[in-house]
Amino acid sequence: MRAFGYDVDQLVVAHVVLAVVPVLAGLVLAMPVGWWAHRSPVARRVLVPLSGALYTIPSLALIVVMPVLLGTGILSPVNVGVTLTIYTLALLVRSVAEALDAVPATVTTAAVAMGYRPAGLLFAVQLPLAVPVLTAGVRVASVSSFSLVTVGALVGIDSLGTLMTSGFEQDYAQMVAAGIVGSLVLAFVFDALWLGLGRVLTPWSRARAGV
Amino acid sequence: MFGQLLAWFVAPGRWSGGTGVPARVLEHLGYTALAVVVAAAIALPVGALVGHTRRGGLAVVGVANGLRALPELGVLVLFVLLLGLGLLAPTLALVLLAIPPLLAGAYAGVAGADAGAVDAARGMGMREHQVLLQVEVPAAVPLVLGGLRFATLQVVATATIAAYVGLGGLGRYIIDGFAVRDFPQMLGGAVVVAVLSIVVELVLQGLGRLVTPGPDRLRLRHRRPAGPATDPVPVPSRKARP
Repeated sequence: MRAFGYDVDQLVVAHVVLAVVPVLAGLVLAMPVGWWAHRSPVARRVLVPLSGALYTIPSLALIVVMPVLLGTGILSPVNVGVTLTIYTLALLVRSVAEALDAVPATVTTAAVAMGYRPAGLLFAVQLPLAVPVLTAGVRVASVSSFSLVTVGALVGIDSLGTLMTSGFEQDYAQMVAAGIVGSLVLAFVFDALWLGLGRVLTPWSRARAGV
Repeated sequence: MFGQLLAWFVAPGRWSGGTGVPARVLEHLGYTALAVVVAAAIALPVGALVGHTRRGGLAVVGVANGLRALPELGVLVLFVLLLGLGLLAPTLALVLLAIPPLLAGAYAGVAGADAGAVDAARGMGMREHQVLLQVEVPAAVPLVLGGLRFATLQVVATATIAAYVGLGGLGRYIIDGFAVRDFPQMLGGAVVVAVLSIVVELVLQGLGRLVTPGPDRLRLRHRRPAGPATDPVPVPSRKARP
């Protein structure tokens, strides 16, 4: 679909890829780090404030610093991707640690007594029970990722944000509005997907609610 | 690269004048303070009222979450296109983006005030506005401050982007640097704004600790035993507060 002189499909695809891949990557990275923070109080005292500080740095600043840290070009989409991955990781380290904390000790002791080794305990018992808290964290990360991806347009990285910068240069409000609405719709669609995925992964919560 | 960055930091005029770092930092903090104060003046009373009456709570949470999904860049640009260049349009956009966390904090804080304490206040004959101002609002302080912190950081970050629509502040270095592909300047601006936001966060965290009663208030608790024994009421009742 062409509109406003752009191939909008291409912008949408770029937007989704640049927003979703970092959320998935951040989630995968947050698992071991969050698990470490859950296991070791010392690690937690370092990791949680450190992720808080990373989350504090404005997105435009992080995107601009990335070429120095990664050796990428200033116009590389990787700068945006890694920035959003860092935000997701920073947000989810705490979620993972708290989600694992929230698993009742009776459940973990019972699993240990049944012969679960640490890895089995983590993947078969603790993580499934942590899914609701994790889903909440992923939804927050995803919504902000879909909105922050547009910032990349300021340094020439395409997404629906391109409609915003280009609309500004052409004094064309409808074009900007289209970018905003598109970004919102994509954020809400993926929010619903995460919510649905969280439900599918926790069938027992529906059974308990009698649905 | 680090050499060039260092050169940028020590370049003549970098630390003085209207385009120097101190002036840009002050501009940045000025926009941030203006937007957060206006947003707080709107969001805190509304959030507190909804939390007190418990009517429209779902709507508040819905609006707050919906606003949170708005792309900051789009909102800024759209406001400027509709209202014109200048301070007004970007400030309104920043206010709009600062409202959700403040609203959510005030609502959750007041609605989450200890039900027993609220009940007791009514039983003592307090009027509704007294219950709100003397019981629920003090209980809401930690969550309101959490919202304030988040809103402030959001605005510091978005004010950086606002340089694109002509605002001053630290984003100027990044936007102007990109326009002429002056990478050291972009990097210098990014470093300063990163440091500024971490400092702001630490200051707000410290402020939060200072005004929050309870076990977090380590320093004040240490001071208490050393104080003169003028308080005839045994202290433990105070410490028992969660």
